[in-house]
Amino acid sequence: MNFVASIGLEVHVQLKTRSKMFCGCAVEFGAGPNEHTCPVCLGLPGALPVMNHEALRLTLLTGLMLDCEIAPLSKFDRKNYFYPDMPKNYQISQYDLPLCANGRVPLHERAYPSDARGKIDKSVPLARIHLEEDVAKSFHFETTTGIDFNRAGTPLMEIVTQPEIHSPDEAFAFLASLKQILIQGGVSDADMEKGQLRCDCNVSVRPKSRAELGAKIEIKNMNSISGVRRALAFELDRQVHLLERGEKLEQETRGWSDERGETFLMRTKESAHDYRYFPDPDLVPVKTDSLVAEVRSRVPELPAAKRARFVEQYQITDYDAAVLANDVDLARYFESAAQGATKPKQIANWILNDLQSALSAANKTINDCAIPPEALRELVGLIDSGRISGKQAKDVFADMFASGKSAGEVVRTKGIEQLSDTAALEKMCDEVITANPKPAADFKAGNAASLNFLTGQVMKLSKGKANPQLVGEILQRKLK
Amino acid sequence: MSPAELPGLTITGLRECLRTRDVSPREVIEALRTRIEDVDPTIGAYLSIDFDAALKEAEKVDVDLPLGGVPIAIKDLINVRGQLCTCGSKILANYRAPYDATVVQKLRSAGAIPLGKTNMDEFAMGSSTENSAFKLTRNPWDISRVPGGSSGGSAAAVAADLAFGSLGTDTGGSVREPAAMCGVVGLKPTYGRVSRFGVTAFASSLDQVGPFAKTVRDCALLASAIAGVDPQDSTTLPADVPDYSRNLDVDLTRVRIGVPKEYLIGEALDEHVRTAINAAVEKLQSLGVEIVMLSLPHTEYAIATYYIIATAEASANLARFDGVRYGQRAENAHDIFEHYTRTRGEGLGAEVKRRVILGTYVLSSGYYDAYYARAQKVRELIRGDFANAFEKVDAIVSPTTPDIAFKFGERSADPLKMYLADIFTNAANLTGICGISVPCGFAQVEDRQLPIGLQLLGKALDEQRILQIAHAYEQATDWHKIAAPLSARR
Repeated sequence: MNFVASIGLEVHVQLKTRSKMFCGCAVEFGAGPNEHTCPVCLGLPGALPVMNHEALRLTLLTGLMLDCEIAPLSKFDRKNYFYPDMPKNYQISQYDLPLCANGRVPLHERAYPSDARGKIDKSVPLARIHLEEDVAKSFHFETTTGIDFNRAGTPLMEIVTQPEIHSPDEAFAFLASLKQILIQGGVSDADMEKGQLRCDCNVSVRPKSRAELGAKIEIKNMNSISGVRRALAFELDRQVHLLERGEKLEQETRGWSDERGETFLMRTKESAHDYRYFPDPDLVPVKTDSLVAEVRSRVPELPAAKRARFVEQYQITDYDAAVLANDVDLARYFESAAQGATKPKQIANWILNDLQSALSAANKTINDCAIPPEALRELVGLIDSGRISGKQAKDVFADMFASGKSAGEVVRTKGIEQLSDTAALEKMCDEVITANPKPAADFKAGNAASLNFLTGQVMKLSKGKANPQLVGEILQRKLK
Repeated sequence: MSPAELPGLTITGLRECLRTRDVSPREVIEALRTRIEDVDPTIGAYLSIDFDAALKEAEKVDVDLPLGGVPIAIKDLINVRGQLCTCGSKILANYRAPYDATVVQKLRSAGAIPLGKTNMDEFAMGSSTENSAFKLTRNPWDISRVPGGSSGGSAAAVAADLAFGSLGTDTGGSVREPAAMCGVVGLKPTYGRVSRFGVTAFASSLDQVGPFAKTVRDCALLASAIAGVDPQDSTTLPADVPDYSRNLDVDLTRVRIGVPKEYLIGEALDEHVRTAINAAVEKLQSLGVEIVMLSLPHTEYAIATYYIIATAEASANLARFDGVRYGQRAENAHDIFEHYTRTRGEGLGAEVKRRVILGTYVLSSGYYDAYYARAQKVRELIRGDFANAFEKVDAIVSPTTPDIAFKFGERSADPLKMYLADIFTNAANLTGICGISVPCGFAQVEDRQLPIGLQLLGKALDEQRILQIAHAYEQATDWHKIAAPLSARR
C-alpha cells in the first residue's frame, strides 16, 4: 500500500465510583428512570458542583499505571454547547490542565485479534488523560422523547492517544490491552457493550511520500472492540479509495452502522461547535500531590511485570506467562492453583488447554468455573504420583468440570484409580508369563515388541487398572 | 406596641419584644401582613408571599434563638423550598424551588422565618429593578424613582418597613447600590464568606449573598447568621464566623481610612453625592479616624473588566434555562433548535439577551484572548491595587453610587449609562473583598429627600472592621433615624 494510516483514539471510561462526579447521587445502572438525580445533576437553578475525590484518585491511578506525567495543579473548565442530554448546557471537563499527560499503553501480542498478529512490544503513546462528567440518555418514543438523567454527572475519564496507531488490528490490540489494565487497577469494569468504555476514532490517511497528516475524520458510535476494528478497516478503505481517485478529503465527523458495516457522514467541519471553554468558577483548582501519595499503593502489578515474574517464579514459557498475565482473573486462578504445586508448568498447560476450551465450549468465564484452583492442583498431583494416567485424567477432568466434585472424589466413585500395588502386579505378571511362554521367550531372545503384548495381557487381567509403566518395569525385570 | 407600629421596629428592637413575650411570632407575621397588604401595592417590593407557610413556622419557632421569630424577605433568585423562585424572569414564572438554599437553611436554624420573595432585575442583571419581567418596584422615598437594583425589592421592602431585614445578592453592587438609593444598610460579604448553594447564579466568581437592614447592628446580626463554610459550595472559605453584632462599639482613633483619588474626580459624580461624601469623611475624621489619600490606578478599567467576566460567566450559567427539564417552554416547536431559540427568545428579557450574547462573544474562539483572558489579567492588576492599598489603610471610603435614585425609564435606553451605576462597587466583586453601604445624607430634589450612601470597603474577611466603622459613623449621625415617607415610622 502506498498510503499510511494514522489513527488516534479518544476513549471514554466510566469510573467505578459509588457516587457521581459532582453530587452524592449513586452511580448504579438499571435503576428506574431519573431515580438517581438531585438538584446538582439535574442542573436546577442554584445547584453547585462538589468534587468527587475518588474519581480524581482513579484518574491519577490510571495515570500512574500508564506512565503518565501527573500535573501538580489541575483545573476544571466549562465546555459550552446546547444538548438536551446535558442538564446545564455545559459540560464540566478539563481543557488545558488535564490531570495526566503523555504516558503509554504497551500492546502485547495476545491482545491482537485471533486472526491477526501484530508487532511485539509496541506501545501506543498517549496525549493526555482528563476527567469530566457524563451526559444523560435520551429515549425516543413515537411522538415524544424522554430523558433519563441517572447517567448525567457520572464520572467519565477520557484517554486520548497520539495519532500513532497505524492499523485496525493495532487499534484492537490497544483497546484490549487498555481494558485489561483498567480492570486490573479496579478503575472500571470497561465493558464496551455496556457503554463503560466508549471510543471515538480519528482517522487520517496520507501518501507514504508525504510527512504531514491527512484530513482528520472522526468516527463515532462503535460499541465493541471488534466494531472499532471493522469501522477503521472500512474507513481506511474508503479514504484510500477516494484519494486514489484524486478526490480531496475534508475534516468531518462520521457515524458507524454495525448492521450495514459502513460509516456515514454526520457533520462537516463548518458545523463544528465552538465550545468556548473557560475555567469553571464553581470549582477550585486541584492540587494532586497528596492524592497521588494516597493512590500509589493501589497501583497493581501490570501485565508486563507479571509475565516476567511468572516465567521466573513458575518456570513456564514466556508465551504461557503472557497469556496468563494478560487476564487478571486467569492469572489469579493460575497463581492459586500453582501455590505449593510441584509442577506449575503442568498446571499452566491444563489451564491454557483443557480448561480454556472447556470454558469456551460451555460459554463460561474463569470466574464461574466449577473447578476450584485447588481441585486442579489435586488433579495434576494425581497424575504426577502415577495414581491415574494422563488418559484417565481427561475423563476425571470432564467429570470435575461438569459436577464440581474434587479429583479424588471422582477417582474414587469411578473406581478408576491405577493399580500400583507391586505385590499384586508381580502376581499378575507371573500369571501372564506362565500363560504365554512363546512371547516371553521371544522377548528374552531380543524381540522388544513382545513386551507390549505381555503388558497388554496384564492390563486385560487387571481390567485396565494396572499402572502400565509399572507393569512394563516388572515384566522386564522378570524376563531378563 | 400596637400592630401598626410593629413593622417600624429594627430587628434588634423586634427581638427584644419577642424574647420578653411582649409579642408572639404570629402577631409579628399578622402585623407585617396588614402592612404589606396596605402598602406593597404602591411599592411593589414583593413578587410572591406565602403567609400561610410563614404562620405555620411562626407556631413552632424558638424565640430565644438569635433571630427567633424574625421574618426575613428573600430576593427571588434564592431558593426557598416550596416557594416560587422566578429570578424576575418569565422563563421561570412558575418555577417552584424543590430545596432550600444554604443561606435559607442557616436563617431557619437561627430562628428566622423566610417571608416573601422580592422583586429584582431579571437574573440580577440591572441597576434599577426595571428589568424585572413582572413589575416595577418603587422607591419608598419617591415613587416616581427606581429603588436601585438588582436587589431593588429587598432594599425597598426594608426602607418601607415591609420587612425587618432581607437578603439580596451583590455581583457588581446589587446590594450596596439599592441600599444607598433606598437609605438602608447593605453588606456585600467577602467572596466565599457566604454560601452560594441554592442561589441562582449570575456570575459565579462575583456573586455573593448580602443582607439589608435598617441599622448596621441589624445587618451584623444577619451577616453572622448566613456566613460560614458550606460543603456544598467549594468556593466558601473555612474561616470561623464571629458574632459581628457583639463587637461593634470600638474606638476609631487608631483606624486609618483611605480615600482613593480616582473616586472623587470626574463629571459623573453628582454634586449632592460629592458634598455628602466630603461631609462624611470629615465626620469620620472627627471620630478620630486618620484619612489617607491613596490611588487605585487600575480602577478605571474595572467596569470594562467586570462586564467581560460577568457576561462570560452568565452566558454559561443561564444556558440551563432551556425549557427541557423545567421552566417555560415554547409550544409546538418542530425541532430541538427551534425549541431552544423560541423558548429562550420568548422567555428571556432584552438585557439578559444582551449580556448572554456579549458573554458568548467574549468567549468565542479568536476573541477569548483579546477579551476574557485579558480581563482576567486586568482583574489581577486591580486585585494588586487593593492589596497595596490595604497595606496602608484598614478600610477605603467612597460614594456607593455616583448618582441618586433616578426616574423610571430615564436610563433604560442607554445600557452603558446604566452600567456606570456600578462604577464604585464592582471592583469589590472583582477582587473578592467586602463592602458596606450606610446612609450618609440626602439630596434635596423637587421637594423630596433622596438618600445617599457611603461605601466602606474592607479587605477579605474583614467584615467586622467595616461593620465597626459603619456602626460608629451611624451612631454619630442621625441619617438612620430619618425614615422614608412610605415607612411605618412617619
